[in-house]
Amino acid sequence: MSVKNILVVGVGGQGTLLTSRILGNLALNNGYDVKLSEVHGMAQRGGSVVTHIRFGEKVYSPLVEIGHADVIVAFEKMEALRWAHYLKKDGVMIVNTQEINPMPVITGGAEYPSDLVEQIKGKCDKTIFIDALSHARELGNFRVVNTVLLGELAKHLDFDVEQWEKAIEITVPKKTIEINTKAFKSL
Amino acid sequence: MKTIMLGNQAIARGAYEAGVTVAVAYPGTPSTEITEFVAGYDDIYAEWSPNEKVAMEVALGSAMAGARTMVSMKHVGVNVAADPLFTASYTGINGGLVICTADDPGMHSSQNEQDSRYYARAAHIPMLEPADSNEALSYMKRAFDISEAYDTPVFIRLTTRISHSQSIVQLNEREVVELKPYEKNIEKNVMMPLYARPKHIIVEKRMNQLAEDASTFTDLNTVEMKDTKVGIITSGVPYQYVKEVMPDASVLKLGMVHPLPKKLIEDFASKVDRLYIVEELEPIFEEQIKAWGIKVIGKEIFTVQGEYSANMIEERILGKELELRDAEKLPGRPPVLCPGCPHRGIYYVLKKLKIHATGDIGCYTLGALPPLEGIDTCVCMGGGVSMLHGVEKARGKEFIKKWVGIVGDSTFVHSGITGLVDIVYNKGISTVMILDNSTTGMTGHQENPTTGRNLKGEEVPVLNLVALCKAVGIHHVRVVNPFKPKEVEVALKEETNREEPSVIIASAPCELLDKKKKRIPLYVNQETCRKCNMCMKIGCPAIQKKDGNIIINDALCVGCNLCTKVCPFGAIEKGE
Repeated sequence: MSVKNILVVGVGGQGTLLTSRILGNLALNNGYDVKLSEVHGMAQRGGSVVTHIRFGEKVYSPLVEIGHADVIVAFEKMEALRWAHYLKKDGVMIVNTQEINPMPVITGGAEYPSDLVEQIKGKCDKTIFIDALSHARELGNFRVVNTVLLGELAKHLDFDVEQWEKAIEITVPKKTIEINTKAFKSL
Repeated sequence: MKTIMLGNQAIARGAYEAGVTVAVAYPGTPSTEITEFVAGYDDIYAEWSPNEKVAMEVALGSAMAGARTMVSMKHVGVNVAADPLFTASYTGINGGLVICTADDPGMHSSQNEQDSRYYARAAHIPMLEPADSNEALSYMKRAFDISEAYDTPVFIRLTTRISHSQSIVQLNEREVVELKPYEKNIEKNVMMPLYARPKHIIVEKRMNQLAEDASTFTDLNTVEMKDTKVGIITSGVPYQYVKEVMPDASVLKLGMVHPLPKKLIEDFASKVDRLYIVEELEPIFEEQIKAWGIKVIGKEIFTVQGEYSANMIEERILGKELELRDAEKLPGRPPVLCPGCPHRGIYYVLKKLKIHATGDIGCYTLGALPPLEGIDTCVCMGGGVSMLHGVEKARGKEFIKKWVGIVGDSTFVHSGITGLVDIVYNKGISTVMILDNSTTGMTGHQENPTTGRNLKGEEVPVLNLVALCKAVGIHHVRVVNPFKPKEVEVALKEETNREEPSVIIASAPCELLDKKKKRIPLYVNQETCRKCNMCMKIGCPAIQKKDGNIIINDALCVGCNLCTKVCPFGAIEKGE
């Protein structure tokens, strides 16, 4: 298998790190070489964040290059467009339709684009839009947005559901295994 | 056993397997997790020291006393530790001593982009640089062997992409290492001129020997001979980018980046037609190798700024024109103070009173951008205190009444205390604000001497900031609640107008500390809201405009109530 390139993007604090770690364990359990690159520290505080996940027979670089991502999972709508140039031509863009205003928008220095869905569709051939926050709320915990989105990602990767569940189980905090597994299967 | 580990975690594991018994550090991105993971091993004593200089001295004392010891810090932390570092090179060690430094090319979380390899050269200390987590683990063990074999501290240099990348590691058993016996030896450990002069000769001999031996360290400096048209000398994460795009090129991968293996490099250079150096940041390999008369291509086609990438190597070495799409032009998303952050209220009042501030390193640096625009400077740990004194001495007592210094609790202990002593000692009148959020926030919530707990989670005496400030001679020390803007305003007006130095401690815990606290989001009553935009001035990410109305994002709001205190119409109400 050639190396799979996945980006998970969003806003610091949304739980992108946990998502990438589930993917890391999933790839490891299935016998692949795997590398993840994460964002810690300052950028995490409400900034634009990205984690890179790469797995395959042999992985050198921990970074997905511009134009090479097979799938991008965007936790926030504007962040989807910000990182869209990383997607390869026939790559899949999974977008949580949640909107989080950045500070330049809050201060009135910039506007949050109103036509993001059209713009993202114009840039990416394969797009999937999900209101993961509402899904998570219906499940009773708005923090499980990340596993709702993982449920969609699973449809685009070749792993068994049992493998996914196992990866979730060993990665998330014990108390949240049940709700996260439920969220994963909710779509 | 194989598992997946963060680079920093692998460093910690390497220390454990190498039989380390003492680990010391001051937190700083991207190095912090090394020590957090080390603290998880019961066999290792681990501590947060107040700053990197102290950490380095504790580590040197421990190594001198016979224990395998590690000390960790970020690149700018090495500046703080530089004084003992340079002389540790002279004394050498007893038990092995490894200094982990994490550089930050691209400045993800730093105020500059300095290259720690210069320190290895300047202090005459050997340096290893791993290129993934598994090497981070194995190099750690190798570093201790070199340290003890050559009687020298050894650097391990990491960069953000090694520290904060996860990859697969092979775990092994812990080596049990006995303490080396301690013997008093003033010629070795008392670095007065009489003993330091002959030591300098020994240091030079040691480094010459290491430079010679480096060519035989084939486990660290590896040659992959393939197509001889192109040869590449590289190290660290750039090695991975090279392998990604040029799997058929011949590569000399330097695992020891100081001193360089001259013989090995000359030999490699003679076998390839064109030789490239791929190194992030400074041209350190390049300048040395060029000085030996070897023709190489380096910074002519590469940059000294920021991070490299596989695409960059494809373009610069292979000369490919990649059809890369440009990033969309979108409103930026800089990091911000979190919803519920206690620093926000302080900046709101400072702006209202038009007070300038010398700032410092920590979460409160995030208040520099609009709309809060709360600080005028940010340079280094403790600078928020001492620079304020400099402003006063340059422009006088009236001028400084419109200024304060901003520093956090951990940063104040790190190196703000001496600045405060300076203000008192040299008859300053300025006002320092300590934003005490009961943790080291920016690096991810580490304990510090003011929190009452240590790295191992044990209860310890709390450093009393009020008593400390009084003890250095500040007569006017007051504590305010940053969520009460009026109280902050009164305190600021009174203290800045005083003809005496003063300290205001704004005390409220970081919002992210208490995970169990019940947080009830607020909402804007659209009937009473007059859209005056006062609430927008506090720069809270949870307060947004939508279709002409001001709304509160209930997925972000934590109900800190600061906005209710700035709304003149009482339009912000408690939710259910």
